[in-house]
Amino acid sequence: MNSKDISQKLIRISHEIIENHTDIGNVVILGIHNRGVPIADRINELIFNITNINLPIGSLDITFHRDDFRERLSMPEIRGTDIQFSLDDKVVILVDDVLYSGRTIRAALDEINSFGRPSIVRLAVLIDRGHRELPIRADFVGKNIPTHSGEHVEVHLEETDGDEGVFLVKENN
Amino acid sequence: MKIKKLPKKLLFQNAEILDPIKKTNKKGNILLVNGKIAELGIFESPSDVKSIDCNGLTLTHGFCDLHVHFREPGNEDKETLESGSRAALAGGFTRVCTMPNTNPPIDSPESVSYIIEKSKDCPIYIHPIGAVTKGQKGIEISEMGLMNEMGAVAFSDDGLPIQNGLVMRKALEYSTMLGVPIINHAEDDSLRCDGVMNEGIISTRLGLPGNPNIAESTMVYRDLKLAEMTGARLHVPHVSTATSVDHIKHIKHMNNNNNNITAEVTPHHLFFNDESLVNYDTNLKVAPPIRNDISRKAMVKGILEGVIDCIATDHAPHTLHDKETTFDLASFGMIGLESCFGIVKRVLVDNEGLSLINLVKLLTTAPRKIMGFNCDLLKVGTEAELVLFNPNEKWIFDNKNVFSKSINSPFYGQKLVGKIKYTISKGYISDLS
Amino acid sequence: MLSHKHLLGLENFPREDIQNIIDTAFNFREVLDRPIKKVPSLQGVTVVNLFFENSTRTRISFELAQKRLSADTVNFSASTSSLKKGEGFKDTAQNIEAMKIDAVVMRHPAPGASKHLTEFIDAKVINAGDGAHEHPTQAILDMMSLQEKFGEIKNLNVAIVGDIDHSRVARSNIYGLVTMGANVTLCGPPNLIPDTITDLGVTVNYNIDEVVEWADAINVLRIQRERMGIGLIPSEREYRKLFGITEERIGRKEKEIVIMHPGPINRGVEIDSGVADSDQAIILDQVLNGVASRMSILYLLLGAKDGDMK
Repeated sequence: MNSKDISQKLIRISHEIIENHTDIGNVVILGIHNRGVPIADRINELIFNITNINLPIGSLDITFHRDDFRERLSMPEIRGTDIQFSLDDKVVILVDDVLYSGRTIRAALDEINSFGRPSIVRLAVLIDRGHRELPIRADFVGKNIPTHSGEHVEVHLEETDGDEGVFLVKENN
Repeated sequence: MKIKKLPKKLLFQNAEILDPIKKTNKKGNILLVNGKIAELGIFESPSDVKSIDCNGLTLTHGFCDLHVHFREPGNEDKETLESGSRAALAGGFTRVCTMPNTNPPIDSPESVSYIIEKSKDCPIYIHPIGAVTKGQKGIEISEMGLMNEMGAVAFSDDGLPIQNGLVMRKALEYSTMLGVPIINHAEDDSLRCDGVMNEGIISTRLGLPGNPNIAESTMVYRDLKLAEMTGARLHVPHVSTATSVDHIKHIKHMNNNNNNITAEVTPHHLFFNDESLVNYDTNLKVAPPIRNDISRKAMVKGILEGVIDCIATDHAPHTLHDKETTFDLASFGMIGLESCFGIVKRVLVDNEGLSLINLVKLLTTAPRKIMGFNCDLLKVGTEAELVLFNPNEKWIFDNKNVFSKSINSPFYGQKLVGKIKYTISKGYISDLS
Repeated sequence: MLSHKHLLGLENFPREDIQNIIDTAFNFREVLDRPIKKVPSLQGVTVVNLFFENSTRTRISFELAQKRLSADTVNFSASTSSLKKGEGFKDTAQNIEAMKIDAVVMRHPAPGASKHLTEFIDAKVINAGDGAHEHPTQAILDMMSLQEKFGEIKNLNVAIVGDIDHSRVARSNIYGLVTMGANVTLCGPPNLIPDTITDLGVTVNYNIDEVVEWADAINVLRIQRERMGIGLIPSEREYRKLFGITEERIGRKEKEIVIMHPGPINRGVEIDSGVADSDQAIILDQVLNGVASRMSILYLLLGAKDGDMK
């Protein structure tokens, strides 16, 4: 996928989100660090362009809620959670770049609990590459890219990597 | 002795003006106006002014004594600030530092204030020395910061040694931020034991318990090393042993004579040796004791060489009933302000050939420098703090020369050359002529 | 991850590790602002708080940090009289370890006690104060508070005022601040500041007014009344006159100055009530940063596989 493709997918996702929520005023967007955050920003802007409504937006760093923290040999870099509003009774749209095992989303759901009790939580991802290890699914998907073991999906965004594109990469073991 | 307020204008004519700073001794006049030096040197004498003919008299800075006991508060029967001032003026002294071993001792800013307030009415300048430890008990350091602020110029537990080395160390360290000296009466209590005179052949013959040299020299050494280690200022009072002088000389040399270490000696330790005690004269009972002649000579040598910086009397008045008992029970100490000049002139100038200028330094600029008092007193514009003496007048010291409330002196009958005539201080002039 | 297995002190502790701990601590500050102040990071981890010296505040701070990380906490308070020196210490420590614990937070009156502990147990050790030697977590929370206020510790003028000789807070702060590039000046009674302390890269000035004028921040140490009992400080009023952080002293300074204190405060002695309660004092922020710093330290020491750490 190239930059134009990414744009198109995000536009479609934004429309879908608006379509699915008649009371768009009750919706908040949370991007998951790292790349979920710029994607969430873009979706927020696209929704504003269509509806003229600026939805509340925040970011989630799921490091402290990971379930694999004691198995890792190195510390992941912490970017910090920033949510300036209560989530009580809100419709939360979680946004991430790639959905894979589902563990990141599980950690995000766990962390969201610390901030209140949303009425609904939905998930929007740019890419779904399959291979779920937990019963988690996305509500809004940019593109499905099935992968085999030994293959890996890389998303590059202007904000985080300098270039734009989605790449299927074969790992050398 | 008559003490009067200075007239508005007073002229001293034809005096030998001895300037210990410029090191000159020249004939000249001094005109005082409103208590200050208005003119100095060779000038035409104004005619309408009261004048004193000073032919044959030497005029110089008023003397300064760093070590006196004025017994107030608590023992006013022995001396008061007022009577002590008179004794000082009679001896040519215009400025003194009083030791804190009064009753109660001067160990708080309130008691320092008491002395400062009371001395305002005295005709000489009186600077209180505060106690190093609370109650002079040698355990807890006293409020030196607050006392210094109130006017204490140094700290001492004089009368008593600071026996505990740690307390001495902590006191020295604490004093470094104030920049004033600690003065320790260096006599190791345990070695001194119940000694009442110098331990030697005389004490053996007399059957009196002796106080050995080593009781002083070991503690002097301890104090010097602690001062060196902490960088504090130490002033060693009434040095009496040759070994103490050696220690002081060595430490001063090792520290490039940086002026942190100073020392004083009394007139009696320069004049007497323990052979004078054969008649059990209680007026010779002092602490530290009068030592043998070898020690006495070492004191003389020490002050001539500059190892000892100045003379201080340790003027210690006692009542008759304190002194008129058997030797072992008598109080320690002798008065010394009035006899000082005559005695030290005899020992150092007449017998040892020290110049008069250098003797005057030991009584004026040297002690003032140690305490940071203004040294330059022969300057136009300064408050008059002067003494006039006849360096050639022969006299015999006796109790009509004593203006202290107490009379405990062993110097009666001594033939002296050099007599105080006038002392000018704080707007007063005392007339002993 | 930190380059040492234990946190015994800040002497020779690498600058990168200190910065890492402080940066991570800011993230934990955010957790402490959430409605539900808990993260599961140390679930299943057991930490023992071994306090041989009374300290309610530090122990509570550590306990909160442990609980907010979902760790299990066990408290052991002992008076030194109930334990013979040395002997009882080893037995107690090994007994606790036999119950399979992951880390010990220890406070003990003897300098070097926490180092000593590492010699007979395998668990990780965090020094919560060993006599007059070190109190690294206090220094870290102090530095975190300075970074929060000033953005950077490098080149900051920091003064530490009080009884330096007997203070572990002073020593750890000296090591930490010098490592992070701050300029440190000590002030206090000369008999309570060892003259060799300048070897650690600090200056000494006994004039508190000059120090207040120079400093961007002052860390005011508590005067312990025991010092007055044995005569090292003549009286409270003398201490206040010569070294007290009084309203007049602070008032004279034109620039704002940050006031810190490890607590508990002796109001009217080393610091006036007016100063302690003023806007310039960040004493309560220090307390909150204390929990966050301790969370950060526990997380970084315990939150990853051992790998090849020292």
